Amino acid sequence: MNVLGYKLPAMSSLIIWGALWEIVGQLELSFFLPALSDIFVTLTEIIGTPPFIKALKETAQAFALGTFFAVSIGIPVGILMGKNKLADEFLLPWVNVFLSAPLTALVPVLMVLFGFGLKAIVITTTLFAIWIIVLNTRAGVKQINPSLVEMANSFGASSFAALTKIYFWAALPEILSGVRIGFIRAVKGVIIGQLLISIVGFGALFELYSAQFLMTHFWAVLLVLFAMAFTLSEFLAHLERKVEYYASKR
Amino acid sequence: MFLRYRPLLLKILSTVLIFGAWEIAGRAGVSFAFPTFLESMAALWGLTVEGTIFTAYAETLKPLAVGIVISAFIGIGLGVWIGLSRKFDWLVSPIFIVMQSAPLAALIPLLIMVYGIGLTSKVFVVCIMAMPVIVLNTAGAVRNTPVHLIEMGQSFLGTRRDIILKIIMPSASPIIFAGLRLGVSAGFIGAILAELKITPTGVGDIITYSRSIADYPNMYAAIFSIIVFAVLFLNFVERIENFLFKGNNKELVSD
Amino acid sequence: MDGIMTTTHAVEVRNVFKNYGDVEALHDLSLDFPKGELTSLLGPSGCGKTTLLKIIAGLLPATSGEVFVNGETVTGPGPDRAFVFQDFALLPWASVLRNVAFGLELRNVPKSEREAKAEKYIADVGLKGFEHKYPHQLSGGMRQRVGLARALSVDAQVLLMDEPFSAVDEQTRRKFQEDLLDLVQNENKTFIFVTHSIEEAVYVSDQIALLLPRPSRVSEIIRPGGFRHKDPDSIRRDSEYLDIVDDIWKSLRTYVE
Repeated sequence: MNVLGYKLPAMSSLIIWGALWEIVGQLELSFFLPALSDIFVTLTEIIGTPPFIKALKETAQAFALGTFFAVSIGIPVGILMGKNKLADEFLLPWVNVFLSAPLTALVPVLMVLFGFGLKAIVITTTLFAIWIIVLNTRAGVKQINPSLVEMANSFGASSFAALTKIYFWAALPEILSGVRIGFIRAVKGVIIGQLLISIVGFGALFELYSAQFLMTHFWAVLLVLFAMAFTLSEFLAHLERKVEYYASKR
Repeated sequence: MFLRYRPLLLKILSTVLIFGAWEIAGRAGVSFAFPTFLESMAALWGLTVEGTIFTAYAETLKPLAVGIVISAFIGIGLGVWIGLSRKFDWLVSPIFIVMQSAPLAALIPLLIMVYGIGLTSKVFVVCIMAMPVIVLNTAGAVRNTPVHLIEMGQSFLGTRRDIILKIIMPSASPIIFAGLRLGVSAGFIGAILAELKITPTGVGDIITYSRSIADYPNMYAAIFSIIVFAVLFLNFVERIENFLFKGNNKELVSD
Repeated sequence: MDGIMTTTHAVEVRNVFKNYGDVEALHDLSLDFPKGELTSLLGPSGCGKTTLLKIIAGLLPATSGEVFVNGETVTGPGPDRAFVFQDFALLPWASVLRNVAFGLELRNVPKSEREAKAEKYIADVGLKGFEHKYPHQLSGGMRQRVGLARALSVDAQVLLMDEPFSAVDEQTRRKFQEDLLDLVQNENKTFIFVTHSIEEAVYVSDQIALLLPRPSRVSEIIRPGGFRHKDPDSIRRDSEYLDIVDDIWKSLRTYVE
């Protein structure tokens, strides 16, 4: 939007909403909505404390492992499905099922099978992220210009070279877009896992703060989480835009 | 002959393989908490005959249905407004963009504090999960109405109202509908999360209760059935979509 | 405007400038379009021909200068002009019948009346029997016939055509060009036709305005005369036709990268 000839930055209206929040908070209209400034003060207090560091570490670890498995399994499976018709016909219905399935329902199963800890959360995270990565990689490989593959064959490329030098790069825009959506889903998965298991990471922290009605603490953690999720998603979108130029030009 | 039935045969074969693997893993005793496929299906049959599963579904679908209806009305309304007005877009979109990437499930403890453990909280959970994807897809669809169609409307002297009602809305409706489907999908996640986290009711109750008394076949049966139900329902909606919007240019929906 | 001017020129463009930010798309452009004739705007890409057409249509405002249609200043789209779009601009969710009648629908013509009119023009463009098909069931050429029927059905005096044949295949294109010659002869309308094909412009036009870019201006107005009344088949072999095509290419070739 333009005001007086200046183009306002895209997310700048959040400042207005923040100000509104501050006013509502200062008026003490609701116990559950403390002023934004109080939340920031609390934030600076808790951000270095051991419980917060511990929650952050546990979450980061689960997230990193979960997305690592999602990417390192998802991309090869996606490429396989894009190249091999039999594998595709075999797997595609299942990928579609898990893509739209309410995976929250599986968390109790993971809890009884893998215990109330890191393992169950990592698997939850992987399950949230992997299907869209598979599906996008598959779509990326499927749209590769056949003459590109024929070119590689005519120059005598081995199938491994074709895989690493042609398929992966030609499908990169779609793969990255799948990874971005997969990572956003993984953030949601990690938090849902922690909430349901609720003795690890931020799940435990939320439990603690809400039991003691520490509203500013609660909001402070929430803001940190949302900010990190948003930064991650914007960073991945930025990466995606970097390769977009050849997505439109092939 | 074989070629014609190949996709169907492969589907059946892969289903048999997966469920067979489940059965074998269950028999091999992977874990005391891992019943076989047949045990779980027998438990599902039991729940169906007793009628437990039907009352549970009625309970589970209540917050889902209410939440989806609310999200659809508010979400499509806001989305259309965002798509039509630059100012409103600037003001409101960022909230939904942040919501889209944020793990909103973290709000649940707060919702419990504010609204208690009743239906209201559960409806809220469904709404916060479903709303962003509905709003953003609607806004995108309205904003990206093909320029040449709008110019066509203008050059044939359509009023602003005509152009919105006869060109922009029909042109956006496939994506709005697809966004709604993604909203329902997210709503399912929210509804089940609410039942597992807030108070065990409906299907969530069967899952939680069976787990607490270590009746694993029943627990697996309930989970199996809700996943199958959600997938079949969303598939059905997608079929309606394909039927309704046959030939209408369909762009990609964003998740 | 004096009376004589308005009877001879359906559209007059006077000193039109158009800027997009710092970029000057049209620079002091003036041009007349004689009534009942077909005038082509011909030029390389980026010469502003589509911009000029959209300004005449009232879809884009000029930065300065004026456009008159039958002596009246253009301030926006009007009932005196109808547009044929390069990419057809058909409603994908509407049948051929509704698409053709859509211009009339926007003018609040009652349903039975507008459909009767649409059916007539659908038959005129050779699509009888396709009334209840949808755009995705038609070929590119047929879609453009629908776009043409829609423009004809509102009965505007001026038809604005933005590269109407560029998205159809070569054979269909030739057929369209022949049909267009008939249309100009039989309908008492003024046609403004944007194209980047030299052969096409020379083949169909009574008058060709050659537009050159950077900044955009009318460099030349050519009126092919001698072969205009020959039969369609022999035009392409006419020596005057070939000479004009050659001359235009000589003027344009320096602008091709």
